[in-house]
Amino acid sequence: MEKKEFHVIADTGIHARPATLLVQSASKFNSEITLQYQDKSVNLKSIMGVMSLGVGKDADVTISAEGADEADAIAALADTMKKEGLSE
Amino acid sequence: MAEKVLKGIAASDGIAIAKAYMLVDPDLSFEKTTVSDTDAEIQRLHDAFDASKAELQVIKDKAVENLGAEEAEVFEAHITILSDPEMLGQIEGKIKDDKVNAEEALKEVTDTFISMFEAMTDNAYMQERAGDIRDVTKRVLSHLLGVTLPSPALIDSQVIVVAHDLTPSDTAQLDRKFVKGFITDIGGRTSHSAIMSRTLEIPAVVGSETATADIKAGTTVILDGINGEALVDPTDAEISDYQQKAKDFAAQKAEWEKLRNEATVSKDGKHFELASNIGTPDDMDGVLDAGSEAVGLFRSEFLYMNSPELPDEDTQFEAYKKVVEGMKGKPVIVRTMDIGGDKHLPYLPLPDEMNPFLGYRAIRISLDRDDIFRTQLRALLRASHYGQLRIMFPMIATLDEFRKAKGIFEEEKAKLVAAGTPVADDIKLGIMIEIPAAAILADQFAKEVDFFSIGTNDLIQYSFAADRGNEHVSYLYQPYNPSLLRLIKHVIDAAHANGRIAGMCGEVAGDQVAVPLLMGLGLDEFSMSSTSVLKTRSLMKTIDTTKMAKLADKALNDCVTNEEVKELVEKNVFGK
Repeated sequence: MEKKEFHVIADTGIHARPATLLVQSASKFNSEITLQYQDKSVNLKSIMGVMSLGVGKDADVTISAEGADEADAIAALADTMKKEGLSE
Repeated sequence: MAEKVLKGIAASDGIAIAKAYMLVDPDLSFEKTTVSDTDAEIQRLHDAFDASKAELQVIKDKAVENLGAEEAEVFEAHITILSDPEMLGQIEGKIKDDKVNAEEALKEVTDTFISMFEAMTDNAYMQERAGDIRDVTKRVLSHLLGVTLPSPALIDSQVIVVAHDLTPSDTAQLDRKFVKGFITDIGGRTSHSAIMSRTLEIPAVVGSETATADIKAGTTVILDGINGEALVDPTDAEISDYQQKAKDFAAQKAEWEKLRNEATVSKDGKHFELASNIGTPDDMDGVLDAGSEAVGLFRSEFLYMNSPELPDEDTQFEAYKKVVEGMKGKPVIVRTMDIGGDKHLPYLPLPDEMNPFLGYRAIRISLDRDDIFRTQLRALLRASHYGQLRIMFPMIATLDEFRKAKGIFEEEKAKLVAAGTPVADDIKLGIMIEIPAAAILADQFAKEVDFFSIGTNDLIQYSFAADRGNEHVSYLYQPYNPSLLRLIKHVIDAAHANGRIAGMCGEVAGDQVAVPLLMGLGLDEFSMSSTSVLKTRSLMKTIDTTKMAKLADKALNDCVTNEEVKELVEKNVFGK
């Protein structure tokens, strides 16, 4: 399993367009991918799940991937997080 | 004879002949049933999801092409919701476990998500997503039930749109290449749909009451936006008759267009400022085409309404800068956010109120939520460097409100100046005169306020205590009533006594009966839809202001009713 932690810096948290792009990016991989925030974790391929977490600014979240393409998935998602200004 | 002639309110000039496009939701009701073959039911669900996704992809591509990537984003969000494995999984589970039909399973699951998002009252963005889920559910349901949902973004031939009412999000999707006009059941001359039709410069009839009931999809309709009529399924003779009328109207317009680069001067040589009302920077083409001498009203709330979240400072700055630069040094009056009343922001929930028009709106919100207000003022201040920008506060009732708004403006200005940001140092601050309390105290306001702009739609509504959107009291929309004219005269005189400018940015400013009277009363600036500018300039050239001053005196002191004033002007000015 691959894991990476992120500190959310976007003012609006993981919302709107960035959330959509994150989900789209996760959906390209076969691995099981989850987003964990506080004690809840959701399927990162589910927009409803991601939005229901209500991740705000300054939240610490963990993305984990498990499967054949887990390393690529984490790298791609880290890239999206950065490109969309969600984290540094 | 046409099958039917519908009468409504003429909202926007012009004549259009095209087939009807019904922007009406089909019946999406269904019964809950028990299914035995759950696999087949799940297959039916998948088919509906796939069809919905494919349809949204087409709509999205069209929207990108016709309206731009930003307007299309909402459809991308809808596709993502449809691709959600969790949601689909839950619906499948319901079909399997409860043996219910796909329609019922879909509704139960999406309802849960909708209430979950709606419950997040501290998060306006999430509340708005509830609307997205509702839209997506409607689309999937339409495929399950085998009916078609109308999609304004998919219109690709010339049509006249028929709707109960048009919401801002509907109008945002209309492509004026194909939409030749529209007719609605409800609305008045000042409703959102009517204002949009004038901005889009397409003929429109609103408040027809029965358009959606009397017109069938694909029927030919003649839309007469000059007289507020629609002919349903007209005869060939009627079509050629109206083609001629459309030609005459075009010829008249061509005549007016010769005045594009001329100054606005009365017959006796007095200059007036003719300005345009706009909603977004995209309306600048119309302003330049009309040869307007200013932008008299930039309704900044459209920047807020056309955005999925509060527009940030840079986004606003770019929009204001574009307009200010486009006017090349001519004045641009930006009205700060006028939300509330009939204008809502999905991401900024307002309290439910008994009387929204008398409640939390416009400057009242801005002073309460000064974080939003300060962002807007900073964007305006930065844009002021690029031309002649003026700022106007809406819904001012008391001097205290103006002083508070001005105080916040001065604070933000000082901060920007301290940071070395270039800012114009002579930005004029004005107010809308639309609340009778401010109109009556105009002489005191004029000592502190740089300019007035009379907003007639609201001033009439508040003076006559008549909701402007309520058709049962629409007879109280009395723009020529002597009581209103006296109030207007008081405001103009108060401005002039203090060396201030008095303008008007409501519908009345472009009204052909009111314009001669307002010239007689000495109004300095007239701001209206760009489409009315040249017509008004042409009228103004024929008007002698000394004569009109006498006529206005008569209207204010001898006439008693709205009708009497109208007749007086029609007889003396238009020889009717």
